[in-house]
Parts: sequence; structure tokens; C-alpha cells
Amino acid sequence: MARIVLDARNIVRDYNVAGGLFRGGRTVHAVKGVSFTVEQGKTLAIVGESGCGKSTLARIVTLIDAPTAGDLFIDGEQVDIARHGLSKEMRRKVQIVFQNPYGSLNPRQKIGDILGEPLKINTDTPASERRDRAMAMLRKVGLGPEHYNRYPHMFSGGQRQRIAIARALMLNPSLLVLDEPVSALDLSVQAQVLNLLADLQDEFKLTYVFISHDLSVVRYIADDVMVMYFGEAVEYGPRDEVFSNPRHAYTQTLFAATPRADVESIKARLARKRAA
Amino acid sequence: MPLLDIKNLTVSFDTSTGPFMAVRGIDLSVEPREVLAIVGESGSGKSVSMLAVMGLLPPSAIVKADRMAFDGIDLLGLSPAARRKIVGKDISMIFQEPIASLNPCFTVGFQIEEVLRFHMGMDRAERRARAIELMTLVGIAEPEERLNSFPHQMSGGQCQRVMIAIAIACNPKLLIADEPTTALDVTIQKQILDLLVGLQEKYGMGLIMITHNMGVVAETADRVIVQYKGRKMEEADVLSLFENPKSNYTRALLSALPENAVGDRLPTVSDMMFEPAPGAA
Repeated sequence: MARIVLDARNIVRDYNVAGGLFRGGRTVHAVKGVSFTVEQGKTLAIVGESGCGKSTLARIVTLIDAPTAGDLFIDGEQVDIARHGLSKEMRRKVQIVFQNPYGSLNPRQKIGDILGEPLKINTDTPASERRDRAMAMLRKVGLGPEHYNRYPHMFSGGQRQRIAIARALMLNPSLLVLDEPVSALDLSVQAQVLNLLADLQDEFKLTYVFISHDLSVVRYIADDVMVMYFGEAVEYGPRDEVFSNPRHAYTQTLFAATPRADVESIKARLARKRAA
Repeated sequence: MPLLDIKNLTVSFDTSTGPFMAVRGIDLSVEPREVLAIVGESGSGKSVSMLAVMGLLPPSAIVKADRMAFDGIDLLGLSPAARRKIVGKDISMIFQEPIASLNPCFTVGFQIEEVLRFHMGMDRAERRARAIELMTLVGIAEPEERLNSFPHQMSGGQCQRVMIAIAIACNPKLLIADEPTTALDVTIQKQILDLLVGLQEKYGMGLIMITHNMGVVAETADRVIVQYKGRKMEEADVLSLFENPKSNYTRALLSALPENAVGDRLPTVSDMMFEPAPGAA
């Protein structure tokens, strides 16, 4: 059996909202006891609408935020950042790519420095080697050495997302959290970035947690799918099972709401329109 | 007679490196009661050409056209004051970011009534009654109370409903929707699209749907124009576009849809358009 990279058991996250002068505080239950496992080289997609807790879960898995309760195991090792902090090893193992490539790159840093930064902070790699590895990584994600000295504003959205992915891979992580990585991109660029992610997964045996609200993308990239609704995992299983036989009412609503671009549905719609 | 008739529209912007052509000679027409979708990626000039119709481009933009007529009136020959009487009344537009399109300083009721005051000259009581009617029409519950809400007190979907209410307040003949659902969740997107198409049918408006989402095109349009880098690549009715795309670019767009994936990699537009390698996307 393949090695399990990520194992989350009963993850709960509450946020306390401070009250005012005449009003007590209250607690928001953002994630209400979610469990899942991801094997090495596989992709788990987390689907849900805004406010369902999927990004909170991403923060917990990326070790940015501590869960209120529950156990998180990465590569078989229990991580509890609230009590024991975070080791450099763990920081290396989990990386994240954010939705908006315009906001996640420092506009005052050159691409080479952006890529070298993770190595500079987390390792003792000398500058010359950092440079070589940044160059090599640029080539891996489909950019070239000539891009090394450019600034983020000189790149298109798709290229910036490639840079963000390259930065995430600089420390050879085993787990990559992708928070809506293609939502801000055009269709054709989206296809290129999805292909790149698939290539990198094959090459480095990467494990992905892919957060998205776009079911067509999820269907294409995921091995397992988890559907979240108001902080709960209402559906969790292998992709084909979830797509062919959605059990929860919310999943069915979600599928029904996704626009269909096949010829049969267009014919059906036009027929309905003529009949009306 | 077409509702909107545009011949050979070009829009260019002066930049420090010389003029940049955003729209390079587009012909476009919309019939009354027709839903036209304009599809394209960012930089295809789909929004810019519609902003040119609305007269909302910055002064640095140079708009030229052999003909730009709305309902038989030549838009380019009109004085700005005369044009403002048409824009917002007979042609109206809704935008991508509903929360950013509303003014955060005023209640939604004020913003709906503002249009009615300016274009219809209604008195206070009439405006209030019409605003409540519009809020009900776009599916907002408890319209009387919600009129006093500020935009930040409403969700993105509700704000988009308010934008639609403002846009249809004066019974426009043509509604232009610029990526109306891109910022919304899938379930809300469905509701907003159903609302737009429902209103279009009910009032017999012309509707121009600007989008990059082929699913939205398939679910709403009668006719489709595909644009790429300021040029029209293809124009067809919706069924023949999906069944039998003529241009390479349309075929590339359709095959880049994840649901059409064959094998484990997606074909990309650059595979078919002889563009520079993926890195230069």
C-alpha cells in the first residue's frame, strides 16, 4: 500500500469573535470535525462554496493555523503547532500555492530572489547553489533563465502562477496545498497550469490537496473528492463514486448548478425555449 | 432592424510605446429579444468593445467605427449629454464585481431610486414603490427592509441582484452583462443566470453576455461571437458553435475545457494557435 502523507482526524477549528460593550462574544465553528487521508502521489480535492471552511482547513493543513481539536499527521508524524511549534523539517514538507498570483508575489523582489528566499530562510545553502537551483526550477515550470532577473509585474497571470508553484517546490515538499490555483486564470492558461501540476506530480511524487469550487477542474485532477458544507464534510470518497452517485443533497445541488457545455444540453435548452 | 449595429469598431489606447489596439475592427449586431454571448480570454477586447458602446472608456481611448447605431440612433454623433440620456436607460450594463460596483456610502434603495429620479423623473413615492417592485422582481426577500441596507450588509449574490435591479429599472431595450457571475459561487451563478435569462424573456430585452466561461455560453446564448486579441475569430449560433466549431481558436478553447479531457493531459490553446511555448503564456 502506498505511504499515507496526510492524515487528519476529527479536525475542529473554532474562532472566537470578540463581543462589544453590551454583547457577549460568540464562537464561529469554521470546521466541525473533518477527517481524511491522502496517499503519496494522489490528489484530494476539497470542494465547497465560500464560507464552507475549505480555506480554514487549508490553513490548518499548511500548518499556518492550529486546529482547536483533532490530530494531524504528516508523513506519519503527529504535528501540533499550538503546543510544540513547528520544526524546520515540517516547514519544508508542506507548501502552499494561493489563488491570486498577483497578490502572492512580492512586487519589489526579482523572480530569482523570490525563488531563493525559501532556501535562504530554511537552509544553509550558499548563494551560488541557491541561484543554480532557482534557475533549474524555472526551467521545470516552463520558464527560462532569462526570467531570473525580472520583476513579477512583467509576467502574465499564468506565468506568475508558475512562479508561485516554483517557489513552493524549492524546498522539495512532499505535500502541496493548492488553494484555488487556477480560478483567476483564463481557460487556455488554466489548461497549461493544470498540465504543469500533473507533470510535476508525476516527476516528484507530490501529494496535492486541491481546493476549488470548479467541479469540472476537480473531476479532471482529483483522485478523491471531499465536499464541504457549513464546516462539515458532507461527502467524501473516490472521484468516480462521488461524481456518479452523489449522496448528499448539497452535492446534488452543486452538480445541478454547474453549467454544462455539451451539445445535448444545449439542444435540450433550445428545445425548452422554443416550447415556452 | 437590429437593436445594436456596429461596423468595423476599433479602439486604441495611446501608450508610451505607441498606440495599442485593443479592438481591431469588430462587426457586431444584436436583434431585439436576442441573447448574444461574446467569449474570449483576457485581452481579447470583449469588455472594451462594450465599454465603447456605453461611452465609459477613459479619455485616452480612441474609438473609431464606420457605424455604431443603437435602435437607429447614431451613438458616435451624439453630444455627451444626449448620450447620457440613453445610457443607463435604454442600454444598461452590469459588471463583474457586484460589491465593488455599488457605492458603499449609500443604501441600495438610494442607488436604485437615483436611476429612477435621473431618467424617469419619478416623485419620491413612485420611486419607492418602483424600487420595492424591482427588488421583488430580482428575488430579494423582504424588499422594504432590504432597501435600507448598505452594500456591505449583503452577500455578493444579493449585491449582483441589486445591480440587476438598477440595470433594469428603466426597462432597457438592451442589457450588457460583463462577466456577471465570475465572482460568484456555482450555486449562486446558476440563480443569477436563470434570473437574467428569465428577465430577458419576460421583458423582451436584447442581452449581451460577456464571459470567458463556455458553460455560461452554452446555458444562455442564442448566438455567439468568439474574440481573440481584438479580432473576431468566429460568429455562429450556439448549437453549431459547439457542434461544429469553424475556427482553430474556438476548437482550442473547447478542447481546453477540463470536462473534454482525453487522456491525462489537456490540449492547450498554444498547441493549436502556433503561439510561443507555454512559458510565454
